[in-house]
Amino acid sequence: MSNPSKQNNSLYTISQNFSWFRLIATLLGGILLLFIISPILGLVLATPIESLFKTAGEQEVQESIWLTIWVAMAATVLFAMLSIPLAYLLARYNFPLRRLVLGIIDLPVVVPHSAAGIALLGFMARDSILGKTSSAMGFDFVGSPAGIALAMAFVSVPFLINYAREGFSAVPERLEKAALNLGASPARVFFTISLPLAWKSIVSGFIMMFARGMSEFGAVVIVAYHPMITPVLIFERFGAFGLKYARPVAVIFIAVCLLVFVLVRLIARKEKKDA
Amino acid sequence: MLRVEGISKKYKQFEIKNITFQANPGDYFMLLGPSGAGKSVILEIIAGLIKHDEGRILVDDIEVSGLSISKRNVGLVFQDLAIFPNMNVAQNIGYPIRRKGFKRVDEKSKVLQIAEKLSIAHLLERNPSSLSGGELQRVALARTLALEPKVLLLDEPLSAVDVQLRSGLMALLRGLNREGQTIVHVTHDYDEAISLGTNVAVVNNGSIVQTGTPVDVFRNPASEFVANFSGIKNFFQGTIFEKTEHDLRCFVTGNIKIWLYTDDAVGEGFISFSENSVAVSIEKPDSSAINTYKGIIVDVFQQKHGFEIWVDVGINIAALVTWESVERLDLRPNKEVWVSVKANALRFIEKI
Repeated sequence: MSNPSKQNNSLYTISQNFSWFRLIATLLGGILLLFIISPILGLVLATPIESLFKTAGEQEVQESIWLTIWVAMAATVLFAMLSIPLAYLLARYNFPLRRLVLGIIDLPVVVPHSAAGIALLGFMARDSILGKTSSAMGFDFVGSPAGIALAMAFVSVPFLINYAREGFSAVPERLEKAALNLGASPARVFFTISLPLAWKSIVSGFIMMFARGMSEFGAVVIVAYHPMITPVLIFERFGAFGLKYARPVAVIFIAVCLLVFVLVRLIARKEKKDA
Repeated sequence: MLRVEGISKKYKQFEIKNITFQANPGDYFMLLGPSGAGKSVILEIIAGLIKHDEGRILVDDIEVSGLSISKRNVGLVFQDLAIFPNMNVAQNIGYPIRRKGFKRVDEKSKVLQIAEKLSIAHLLERNPSSLSGGELQRVALARTLALEPKVLLLDEPLSAVDVQLRSGLMALLRGLNREGQTIVHVTHDYDEAISLGTNVAVVNNGSIVQTGTPVDVFRNPASEFVANFSGIKNFFQGTIFEKTEHDLRCFVTGNIKIWLYTDDAVGEGFISFSENSVAVSIEKPDSSAINTYKGIIVDVFQQKHGFEIWVDVGINIAALVTWESVERLDLRPNKEVWVSVKANALRFIEKI
């Protein structure tokens, strides 16, 4: 709660410092916010409630939502183990080709996701090294949750790496050196000093990667049309039955995404407080 | 205990040159110098935080230059303290203990023991962000002591502490040293160096310019820099001339001639003499002092021990006299007096 005197004060400053620039900037910003909110709001308002309940009860829809959530979560957890050490290296050490590595990490963000899907399909197809190895072990990436996880990770992992890297950069190197001076091994320094202090950023990156993975369509649809994640299901219902049938699934999935997003944030905040 | 031999380190704008010193067991070794002299860099090189280009560092006669930071067993208390913000005070102090395979119970009692010694036992459950500068300084010190370092390196440990708390912390440091802890302490404060150090190395511009006991160093400053640092007030620049009377030489500064003994070559330089070696009288003194000048008192002010009298004799000379003498001779500004300085109290420092 802000105190009333402060509020008065800020009102006072606004009236004192009136400028056309600020007014125009506010108007432009308002238009942008409307642009984001109105399609989503329109979607929700155009969907009858009974169709929402009916769709939510469908097994196909429920299964696809669970699949999307757990595969995105698994991809995030799995790739966090690879990303966090890399983020630490990038934050702490200057090595040859560091800038190139940074560029490579951002590559999935600029590549069209359908193109990324095609590339991944070649990478994990039955005649590739990865495909042959996995076939020998008795499973296929293509058309499986494992393939979906890879596709989701490919397009979303830059978020985690970059957030974690910024988090590690913000940890004063001096604290790590002090810990070393106190006899701690580099691994102990990482787990007791660097990781806890960068935790907040890492969790943010985790949430971003998870959310981005859950909402991925382009790369996943090429690697695995089935089993169907919800973004693919929305696309299929739209293609086969039209807008009216795609809408309820879209609304439900947006709601689920928002719910998960808020939940993970709350959990992260609580953990931070407990720590 | 700690031997530093010929340490050098080159930076783009700055250089640490041939640093050599030795701190024996139980020494309180002061590295004194102005900020930017390279004192902290020397400490960080000893601790292994910075790699040096040349030279050797020996702890208990074992070369540690090649060892990683965590294996050197020299504890460094950083100037900015580097308290871990994600741990409470007890966890901070316990940090170096945990690795030694201590049991939890033993760790707890060890932490408590150190905390009690440093009078911070009541802070153990507190968060570092809620502590004052003086308390944080003690926590940092406790944490490093928990390492049981062979040598304790302190980087300006009193700079972040309020004046009121300084003497307490100084007593604490002196106490640790008396218990046998070897300490290397970096400071820019002359008084701190004098009052704590058993040995002093004066650092300037990346080099050690003089080493010795505080008395050796400041009674016999080897350079202008050291002399200036010591706060000796009678310090004049001038030229020594060949013209001799007996084995005395004549130092000329402004219009004033000062006679002194020196083996140094003719040329430019400095002389310094302590305020204690200047005598003040009303009449022209009939004494053995050869340097006698008539002048006017320009300033009188109280010092810790006696009064400091400034007399303008063409140059401003400072004398330290007792309160008794000030009363008896009625020394006050604008009064005409004589000052005399014995020739063998003067020190000439050749300009390099």
